[in-house]
Amino acid sequence: MRNKKLLGGAAALLSASLLFSACGSRTEPAATGAANVKIAKIGVIAPLSGDLSALGLGIQNSVDLAIKQANASNAIPGWKLELAAEDDQATKDVGINAATKLAADKDVVGVVGTLNSGVADGVQPVLRDAKITQVSPANTATRLTMGLDPANKVRQAPNYFRVCTNDAVQGAFAAQYAFDAGFKKVAVVNDKKPYGAGLVFEFIKKFKALGGDVVSEETAVAKEDFASVVSNIKPDGPQMVYYGTEYPLAGPFSLAMKTAGLKVPLMGGDGIFDPQFIKLAGTTSDGDIATSVGAPVDKLPSAKAFVDAYNAGGYKDPYAAYGGYSYDAANAIINALKISLPSATDAMSARQATVDAMSKVSFDGATGKVSFDEFGDSTNRTITVYAVEGGKWADKKTGTLS
Amino acid sequence: MQFVDQLLTGLSLGALYALIAVGYTVVYGIVQLINFAHGEIFMIGGFGAMGTWLLIGSATNNLSWWMMPLMLIGGILVAVLTAVLMERVAYRPLRNSPRLAPLITAIGISIFLQEFVRLFYGEIPGFPNAKSAVVMPSIEGFTGQAIDIGGGLLLQRSAIFTLVALAVCWAFLWWFIGRTRLGRGMLATSQDPDTARLMGIDVDRIIMVAFALGAALAAVAGVAHGLRYGSIDFRMGFLAGLKAFTAAVLGGIGNVNGAVVGGLTLGVVEAMASAYIPGQFGGSAWKDVWAFVILILVLVFRPQGLLGAKAVDRA
Repeated sequence: MRNKKLLGGAAALLSASLLFSACGSRTEPAATGAANVKIAKIGVIAPLSGDLSALGLGIQNSVDLAIKQANASNAIPGWKLELAAEDDQATKDVGINAATKLAADKDVVGVVGTLNSGVADGVQPVLRDAKITQVSPANTATRLTMGLDPANKVRQAPNYFRVCTNDAVQGAFAAQYAFDAGFKKVAVVNDKKPYGAGLVFEFIKKFKALGGDVVSEETAVAKEDFASVVSNIKPDGPQMVYYGTEYPLAGPFSLAMKTAGLKVPLMGGDGIFDPQFIKLAGTTSDGDIATSVGAPVDKLPSAKAFVDAYNAGGYKDPYAAYGGYSYDAANAIINALKISLPSATDAMSARQATVDAMSKVSFDGATGKVSFDEFGDSTNRTITVYAVEGGKWADKKTGTLS
Repeated sequence: MQFVDQLLTGLSLGALYALIAVGYTVVYGIVQLINFAHGEIFMIGGFGAMGTWLLIGSATNNLSWWMMPLMLIGGILVAVLTAVLMERVAYRPLRNSPRLAPLITAIGISIFLQEFVRLFYGEIPGFPNAKSAVVMPSIEGFTGQAIDIGGGLLLQRSAIFTLVALAVCWAFLWWFIGRTRLGRGMLATSQDPDTARLMGIDVDRIIMVAFALGAALAAVAGVAHGLRYGSIDFRMGFLAGLKAFTAAVLGGIGNVNGAVVGGLTLGVVEAMASAYIPGQFGGSAWKDVWAFVILILVLVFRPQGLLGAKAVDRA
């Protein structure tokens, strides 16, 4: 019967593949380069594919730039730094897998990541148990550093730091700006993800405390929800809509809002501050507002060096909203490694020393002064407000929340 | 007025579901296969239309209204080609296999098509990366400010497009299935393929036509989706396909009119649920729940769906 031939063919294929797998090398690749140069890896966990890949690739490239510069200047003699980038697809489960993989890699001594606060919820415990320093360029959820109870702040992980400010600062600053700009009646929408919901919560708290009127609170999780959400908000007559989400949803929402006749500005947090927002929102996006952490990267003199080096680096994707932060996060780790690596025999044994050295790190980075408080939060609480003008983001106001 | 507003929103969303649901129902009626990859055909139709514009219009940034029919034709061609290829390569060899095999194949094709578009769309020279949403061009007349139809009611242009498209497609289907030889052959094959063969009907060709028909309508829906949200995404087929399948079952799977009625009903239920159910169980977060609750209720009391399945009594 014809099955015999198939069986014989399958058996031959199977035995051949077994043979080839036996030939494969099972030893770890030896350290490259000179015999006395040790390898230390800085990992990156960010969305390198999917909707937010514009932000994630900017993060990866900026860390790569910092590593290349450190190697070129021989920042840590006897050690060579390498990049170990993992994709978290902006999903918690994938992020946990990425963190586990990096934790198991004995050359990894620090990680820059994540982008999404929701993903950090999963990644933080994994890296905490492995005692790997984690510096986030973009997580804004307050619970990651201070826990869930604002009245009783408890540091969540001694190895977790961030170079950007958190939602409590950003949401409050946004509410203050909106109120001062004359928007007294605001409709609020969130996408039910940890970042958006947290930001919106802080915004509402401050806005109501200032005396503003939140006329409507809605949720819009996917593009299919927009039409009904806009229909619900319109009759309440808001002067502005605050949407806590990232640009893949915010852009189409702005478009849907304006074409349905709700011609008021859309305001959001640092998640919408990306050129892709303007592309998705179309020509009607003029007047939309975003807040972002830190001062505009292209305005700071310290940032100019970063921007010039990035552009000269030949990267395919722009540094996006978090490039400057990622660069500073990587350099913060490198500064800590300067203290912890020289006396270490290998990368793995230096992990705890790196965590200890991080809290003392202080330098002037691309986004301003980089240093951390007792919870791991950045001591730099500068926020900038941007508005869309003529199809591009233009900074309107930079301030520090007291 | 808000009621009429939400009703129109629901109908335009429902029209989108209806266009995709027809593809599910027609294929199921003839080959008893739930083509889970049909949502991806919808997505590929949208990307095909985008690609057509990129090839012929983007060099001069031509946004004139007659670009739209060309985009539709391009999208339909790409979608039909994909569907016919899919049927020929993946489903026909499994036609006499146990029911599970083509079902799993369909899921596999769905994943394959999503990843194919995500990875390779940007590789075509001049095409943007499909890893994040691709912005559709603002064709004049089809995009822009909503039209005021009096009484403070604004009708989105994409909604008008979808409703008109549904009406035209429904009329075409009525003519095709009722008045042409191929269409009547489809009806015969769905009743009894063996007898249809005895009558001289080329069943293989009929099945291919069924796939092509569903794909053409799905491509129109893909363009409508792109107009509605301003952009297309390689994942847009998943949820839309699921909802459309639900709509097809709601209306009575195997029945083309049922697919349309089911789609419109589902859209209206979603819009009404998100607007009028108060308190914690309302709002757009719960609209999917209410849509599926309606589905469950209909199936409990009327298992053959709203318009009942056509006579298909095979195991």
